Amino acid sequence: MNKEKSLKAVVAELRNGMTIGIGGWGPRRKPMALIREILRSDLKDLTIVAYGGPEVGMLCAAGKVRKLVYGFVSLDVIPIEPYFRRARQAGAVAVSELDEGLLVLGLRAAGHNVPFAVTRVGLGSSVMTNNPEFKTVRSPYGDGEELLAMPAIKLDAALIHVSRADPNGNTLTFGPDPYFDDLFARAAARVYVTTEEFVDTIASENPEEMKSNLIEPYLVTCVVPAPLGAHPTISHYAYGWDLDHLKAYAASAGEADGWQAYFDKYLAGDEAGYIASVGGANHIRALPIPTF
Amino acid sequence: MTTTNDFTLAELVIAAGAEAWRGDGELLATGIGPLPRLAAGLAKMTFAPGLQLTDGEAFLVEEPVPLGPRGDYRPKYTGWMPYGRVFDSVWSGRRHAMVTPVQVDRWGQTNISALGPDFQRPKVALLGVRGFPGNSVSHKNSMFLPNHSQRAFVEGEVDVIASVGFNKARWPAGAGDDFVQLGIVVTDLCVFDFNGPDHAAQVLSLHPGVTFDAVQAATGFPLLRSTGMHETPPPSAQQVALIRRLDPHDVRASVIKGNPPGIRSAA
Repeated sequence: MNKEKSLKAVVAELRNGMTIGIGGWGPRRKPMALIREILRSDLKDLTIVAYGGPEVGMLCAAGKVRKLVYGFVSLDVIPIEPYFRRARQAGAVAVSELDEGLLVLGLRAAGHNVPFAVTRVGLGSSVMTNNPEFKTVRSPYGDGEELLAMPAIKLDAALIHVSRADPNGNTLTFGPDPYFDDLFARAAARVYVTTEEFVDTIASENPEEMKSNLIEPYLVTCVVPAPLGAHPTISHYAYGWDLDHLKAYAASAGEADGWQAYFDKYLAGDEAGYIASVGGANHIRALPIPTF
Repeated sequence: MTTTNDFTLAELVIAAGAEAWRGDGELLATGIGPLPRLAAGLAKMTFAPGLQLTDGEAFLVEEPVPLGPRGDYRPKYTGWMPYGRVFDSVWSGRRHAMVTPVQVDRWGQTNISALGPDFQRPKVALLGVRGFPGNSVSHKNSMFLPNHSQRAFVEGEVDVIASVGFNKARWPAGAGDDFVQLGIVVTDLCVFDFNGPDHAAQVLSLHPGVTFDAVQAATGFPLLRSTGMHETPPPSAQQVALIRRLDPHDVRASVIKGNPPGIRSAA
């Protein structure tokens, strides 16, 4: 099989109004090359589901988002994503703010083809009142406990960034934490993967390496070679986040035409132009992975 | 050699915060932010060896990882704790976190999500509820607040209930009294808990040079004096030495405004 496609070809498969899940976690392993291609497109009215980082702020800034479903939206060292904050304070997007774990449970329910997952998480908190569609169920067993029926979060598409992939859709994801990329993939009708390294085959005689394989290839719709495609977020173990770039991006949110200026400076061209505009491939590959 | 008369308020708070985990046995201890993280590390290295800590990313360590740039220090990993496993730990109840909310109310409910009456268009968007709802109904939570004030300890209810407290009108029908477990609240002025009558807030100890009236004036809800209310003990020389080893870049100096000395009357 050959699942290889270009960024443009993948974005051409997406439609206005879709519910799109994005893998990664805050400023970590985000499929930014694909996000940038969406930012260059005329897609709109999207429902975005994420443990959000800069991709959520950028999609909000560009007016692509109708609704956000999130566990958080943060740049980590810059705790509150600046364009997310602006969109929230302007009431510009509808939101479903979830406990981080409820997002896990909603995606897992979708992947398991059940309508909801039962949990205590959310009970007693504003998650219940801010998501008035959420209902509780009573345990049918002797305990009679009342629990939240967390609705399945079905995705039309999931976008995830991996470390290595091949044309069959075999993937490896390196780094200390898989986050929930596997759940995003299982919850989605179509899964679009960008990859740091695109190889003929990921095949290896070392079975330990296969622990880095998070999803079966039947889940993968397309693979897009996108070296450096997670910049300015971390791509373990290829490069760290670009803190200077994230700071400049965050600062742009405080300026009148900040987003347009950011777009014109970095995004208006193609990916090769983007990489040159942020300092080139060698600069990105030398970005240190932070410790905490 | 350090003497116990030479310590900062941050160091006193770290030692007081470590007490949150006393008697917890074996569980995942998570201190979010520099002082809570140092407090968990200090507890682990002194009286609470059963605490299990992470490196701040995704690995368990038996020796707390010092804050900030590591130089030649290399963490020695003893386990893997990606977020998926953190949720499993949270939901099992085998965790005790210390967190820093933006707002806390008389019921021990907290807010880190947003400020203002309209959630759909908040005056100030903060972090979102993050893991607080699940944490609060799954395991014990303690708190550290660096600026004890009526803005933090609000008069009414918090604007967004991120973590559940003892406002039982908000609880689901039939929830047991153990639905929520709150540990201690450590601030720049005092240590208190919610173990007064009907879970009222009660002061356990006042930091040196701080009066009960000053704490009450900085709190938007009524406080009780606990039986045996005392002065928060100073950190021992051993504790101060451990704190300084765990925080070689003095990150703790930047947490409490002005980095005051531990005994403020001596300032």
